[in-house]
Amino acid sequence: MELIIFKICLVLVLFLLSITIAAYSTFSERKVAAFMQDRIGPNRAGPFGLLQPLADGIKMIMKEEIMPADSNKLLFILGPAISMITALMTSAVIPWGPDITIGGEKVQLQVADINVGILYIMGVLSLGVYGIMIGGWASNNKFALLGAVRASTQMISYELAMGMSIVAIIMTTGSLSLGNMVEGQNGWHGMGWNIFLQPLGFLIFLICAFAETNRTPFDLPESETELVGGYHTEYSSMKLGFYLFAEYINMFLSSAVITCLYFGGYNFPFMDMVQANTHEILFALMCVGVFLAKIIFFIFFFMWVRWTIPRFRFDQLMNLGWKVLLPLSIVNMLITGAVILYNQ
Amino acid sequence: MTEVLFYSLAAISIISSILMIFHKNAMYSVLYLLICFFSVAGLFVMLNAQFLAVVHVIVYAGAIMVLFLYVIMFLNMSTPITIRKSKLVMGIAVFTGLLLCFVLTTALWSTDFGSNPAVVDQNIGLASTLGKVLFKEFLIPFEVSSVLFLSAMVGIVIFNKKDVKDE
Repeated sequence: MELIIFKICLVLVLFLLSITIAAYSTFSERKVAAFMQDRIGPNRAGPFGLLQPLADGIKMIMKEEIMPADSNKLLFILGPAISMITALMTSAVIPWGPDITIGGEKVQLQVADINVGILYIMGVLSLGVYGIMIGGWASNNKFALLGAVRASTQMISYELAMGMSIVAIIMTTGSLSLGNMVEGQNGWHGMGWNIFLQPLGFLIFLICAFAETNRTPFDLPESETELVGGYHTEYSSMKLGFYLFAEYINMFLSSAVITCLYFGGYNFPFMDMVQANTHEILFALMCVGVFLAKIIFFIFFFMWVRWTIPRFRFDQLMNLGWKVLLPLSIVNMLITGAVILYNQ
Repeated sequence: MTEVLFYSLAAISIISSILMIFHKNAMYSVLYLLICFFSVAGLFVMLNAQFLAVVHVIVYAGAIMVLFLYVIMFLNMSTPITIRKSKLVMGIAVFTGLLLCFVLTTALWSTDFGSNPAVVDQNIGLASTLGKVLFKEFLIPFEVSSVLFLSAMVGIVIFNKKDVKDE
C-alpha cells in the first residue's frame, strides 16, 4: 500500500516536473536565441522575464478557439490530445536515481521498472506520430496534410536507424531494462559510460532524436517558410499550445533517454567514494541533481543546434536517413557484435 | 480483478474489430483497428508476455498502421468510398476466408483448455526465454522466415527501380 502511494506521488512529481521544465524550455529557448543573436530576449514579465511562460500560458488559454468548418471535429480534438499523452508517457520507465529505503523497504526512484523498458520507449515514440498525422488530416487543409505526411515519413525513416543504434547498446549491456542499463554504467568510479564504448552509436542516436522530436534542422513538418505552419496550420488557442508543449516535453524526455543510454544516467565521477561518506537520502538527491544537470545540458544542446544549423531539404533528409545513418548503424551493430565475440 | 480485466479487454478487442469492418469511413476503421491492437497487447501483458506486447505495439500499431494511415490520408474524406470487385476476386476472397476459418477451427479443436496458460510458466514471455526458444528449437523456421522477408524486400526495391526506368 505504501509503495502504491509512493509511486502515485512520484507520478505526480514527474508530471509537474515535465510541465515546469517544458514551460521554462520555451523561455530559455528565447533567451538562448537572444544570446546567440546578440539580443536581450524577453525581460518584461517579472524579474529577468521569469514569468514569461506563465504569461504565454494565459495568452494561449484566453485566445479564441477556431474550429475549421470542414474539419473532422472529433479527430481534430484527438490530435493534440494524443501528442500530449504520448509525450508524457515516456517518463514512466526512466530511472531518476538509485534505490532508497523508506520505512525499511527498498524503493526504486522509477515509476515502473519493466524488463523491456527501452522497447517501451520505442513503442511510445512510434505512437507519437499519430497525434501529428490525425491532427494534420482532420484539419482538411492542404498545408496541414503535407506537414502530416512529412512528419510520418520522417519519423518512420529515422526510427529504423535509431532502433539499430539501440540494438548495439542492448548488445553491450545485455539488458532491455533502463534501470539495469544505468546501473551497468557505474564502473571506473562512476565513469563507465556507454559513450566511450559506442561513440558512433551515440552520434546516430542523437541525430535520430533530433528528427523524432521534429527539431531544427529536421523541423520540416512545420517549416513555416513553405507550409505556413505545417500540421498545426489550422490550430489555435490551447490546442496549438498542446502541440508546441508536447514538442518541449519530448525534448526533455529524449534528453533524459540520451543521458540514460550513453551518459551514465545518474552516475557521476567518484560516486562510490561519495556514497560511502554521505547519508542515503542525500546521496539519492545528489544523483537526481546530477541527472537533471545532464538533461539540462542536452536541452541546451538542442537549442544550440536550432540556432546554428539551417533546415535540411526534404530529399537531403531522406538521403541522410536511409543512405547514411541506416548503413552506419548496421555497421556499428556488426562491429559491436564482432568485438563482443572476440572478447569472449 | 484479473477476470474483470480480461473480459473487458476481450470485449474491447472484439467490439472494435467488428466496428473496424463495418465502419464506412476508412480513417475510423484504422483507428478502431488500433484500439483492437492495444487491447490484444493488454492481453499479452496479462499472460506475462511483456516483450511480445511491446513488439506487437511497435510493429503493428507503430509501423504498419502508420503506413495504412499514410495511404488513407490522401483519400478524399467527404465522399464515401465504394469498392467494386469482379466476381472472380470475390470468389477467391470467400475461398481464402473459409480456409482461414478452417485453420482457426482446427487450432481451437486441438487446444487443451484445461490448463491455464498464465499458471504454466511465469517466464514464458520474457525476451531471454523467447530468444532461447527461437534460436534453439525453432532455428530453421526462424532463419527461413528471415530469408522470406529479405527476398520480399529485394523484390520491392527491384519493382521500384523498374518504374523509374520506364519513365
